Amino acid sequence: MTEEQRLLKESIDRFAADNARDPGAHSAPGAAQDGAALWSGFAELGLLALPFSEEDGGIGGGPVETMIVMEAIGRGLITAPYLSTVVLGGGFLRLGGTEAQRQEFIPQIADGSLKLAFAQLERQSRYDLHDVSTTARRDGSDYVLDGRKGVVLGGDEAGLLVVTARTAGSRRDEGGITLFLVDGDTPGVTRRGMPAQDGSRVAEIALDGVRVPAERVLGEVDGGLRLASHVVDVALAALCADSLGAMEELQRLTVDYLKTRQQFGVAIGSFQALQHRAADMLVAVEQARSMAMYAAMMAEEADPRERRPAIAAAKAQVNRSGRQVGQEAVQLHGGIAMTWEYKAGHYFKRLTSNDVLFGDTDHHLRAVMEAGGLVEEI
Amino acid sequence: MELRFTPEEIAFRDDLRRFFREKIPAGIRQKVAEGRHLGKDDIVTSQRILNEAGLATPNWPVAWGGKDWSAVQRYIYTEELQRAAVPLPLQFNVFMVGPVIAAFGSEEQKRRFLPATANLDIWWCQGFSEPGAGSDLASLKTRAEKKDGKYIVSGQKAWTTLGQHADWIFCLVRTDREAKKQKGISFLLIDMKSPGITVRPVITIDGAHEVNEVFFDEVEVPAENLVGEENKGWDYAKFLLANERTGIARIGLSKQRLARAKRLARETEAGGRTLWEDTDFRRRVAEIEVGLKALEITQMRVVANQRHRHADKPDPASSILKIRGSELQQATTELLLEVAGPYSLPAPDHEQPEGWNEPAVSPEWADAAAPLYFNYRKVSIYGGSNEIQRNIIAKAFLGL
Repeated sequence: MTEEQRLLKESIDRFAADNARDPGAHSAPGAAQDGAALWSGFAELGLLALPFSEEDGGIGGGPVETMIVMEAIGRGLITAPYLSTVVLGGGFLRLGGTEAQRQEFIPQIADGSLKLAFAQLERQSRYDLHDVSTTARRDGSDYVLDGRKGVVLGGDEAGLLVVTARTAGSRRDEGGITLFLVDGDTPGVTRRGMPAQDGSRVAEIALDGVRVPAERVLGEVDGGLRLASHVVDVALAALCADSLGAMEELQRLTVDYLKTRQQFGVAIGSFQALQHRAADMLVAVEQARSMAMYAAMMAEEADPRERRPAIAAAKAQVNRSGRQVGQEAVQLHGGIAMTWEYKAGHYFKRLTSNDVLFGDTDHHLRAVMEAGGLVEEI
Repeated sequence: MELRFTPEEIAFRDDLRRFFREKIPAGIRQKVAEGRHLGKDDIVTSQRILNEAGLATPNWPVAWGGKDWSAVQRYIYTEELQRAAVPLPLQFNVFMVGPVIAAFGSEEQKRRFLPATANLDIWWCQGFSEPGAGSDLASLKTRAEKKDGKYIVSGQKAWTTLGQHADWIFCLVRTDREAKKQKGISFLLIDMKSPGITVRPVITIDGAHEVNEVFFDEVEVPAENLVGEENKGWDYAKFLLANERTGIARIGLSKQRLARAKRLARETEAGGRTLWEDTDFRRRVAEIEVGLKALEITQMRVVANQRHRHADKPDPASSILKIRGSELQQATTELLLEVAGPYSLPAPDHEQPEGWNEPAVSPEWADAAAPLYFNYRKVSIYGGSNEIQRNIIAKAFLGL
């Protein structure tokens, strides 16, 4: 870590600790965190400008900086839409936006006035980015979008949506997909927000005859998949860091509990059966840390043949570690971790939600397989 | 932390890669690649080639033939050795007794032993474990009593790997029976030709003669063969074990085995196609590869942190490397066993009837798969069993 990264880490760690969410203590099931104050805090620290280049009004941070922020967000169980706005939305603008698009939107992201969301998932698409049935039909200088998107992270409060739509080909073709920047208040956009398992909010979004001017196409017409795949890989690296932060805190909570909880007249942490399980949790956390670092290192790699298997491997490992750490933390705590009031269960839920975002373990192992694996043949 | 290699490091890697391929005899590397046991000559030949090029003991002090390499260079060296299926320099010499003598031995001991140890003119074996002292090593009972300027050693050592080839043995012996168990132990160098030493082979489940029992019956050892101070042997042993653990993940070896399993799977027919086309098989490969990548980066993190640590203090992270490294080594031998399938059943070195000229039904490599799989169950037992490693993590990391 450089000196600048160390300073960033200190300030974000302090900020995240001050704003750490404790759902059991502060809110009833279903309530979201008070977002407005938190979001302006992010803006004041410069975190919303972090990954953008200085020419675009940003700070010029890379994936390591994003990792530092996401790890702190995960550790603090924070539900602010950083992933959807800065990492995903910002990633699309950074990696695929025209100069005009960058100049229009990045300053609004940086000052906290604009949130973004990536509207991609459909009923049938599951983990396949290329499975798109939403259509975009050219009409004069506009495109007209029709379709239904679901589980859109931060989708109910986003001012700007990045939407995948099919401009050519059939449903599962890799070509023919185009990305659109859609204003949230465009006529024909309707949404239904709902709470998610991890305490954040997601939305279903209906697009009915939504007119989008051609200059709001993001990247290439019909060639949007390559960009979407890269931005999702950037988001996967960030998610790995978020899960890592959650695992660290869950590990810490568990070990503290083992030291304080007394049964049979002694701390339960004196039992070797539990010590070994706690040791295995640590091994799992450290393997996840290694792969979160690997993901950060590979996230900006432009060549998908290098980047894809690396990111897939990282998510597969982080998912696997997250399952183990989450389940073991609940087991080692016992009944207390089953309550809404105590934090451990909420970390377990966070890890479970991250697991199924942008590909579960099976999906990513398959990607590793299809790339021919990671170990080159001799 | 920088996880990518610099151009200089890549050039360094390529030089080593070329040297190992060109200079170490292919026949020896083939045996290593197939996981077959090596003869004494193979190991000696290979180590002398490395030593001549200054590549046998890079971990030693520069004054005694070591290299002033960065942590990353040391890592690359170990990786490439394993990847090229070069026999590792004899670990008892290079990673165990050599560094101990270099750090704690007298000048006379250094001159007498270090060059010969590097060149494998002396073959060392390790006398630590005993029948009653395995995981609880400090309870060892082999005793050394000082009499007329000599130590008289009596007792028994167990699991003495390749002791049948050894010229010398380095032993932990009890020199003070009154002191607390770690405090009364000394580190003694003993000539295997001394009267009173008996070596008894122990054949392991793979049918190989790899380990031995060594009996000491009033063996006379000159007092100058004591390393460092009397009753400080446990400290030297801890130093030695810390050295052992940094290389214990053996990621290069597992990668080499995995690469081999992939190649063999492409050549192996199964269900009317190749085994490689079986997605269940490939998924298992992918899972091991993900685990290996995670461990490789963990290893690089440990290597990078070592620069900031005292050399005599083991990094508790090495317990993680030991646990995951041994699990993945075992997983790769299991994978090779699965590739060999039913053809793994015939034992190696079976006799050929005279005049039998039929082409073999079983592939030639397949008879090494099962012995390798059996043999590698040892890696989660030795070097501090994986359960001992979990105890260390619970105590040193978690404070439980």
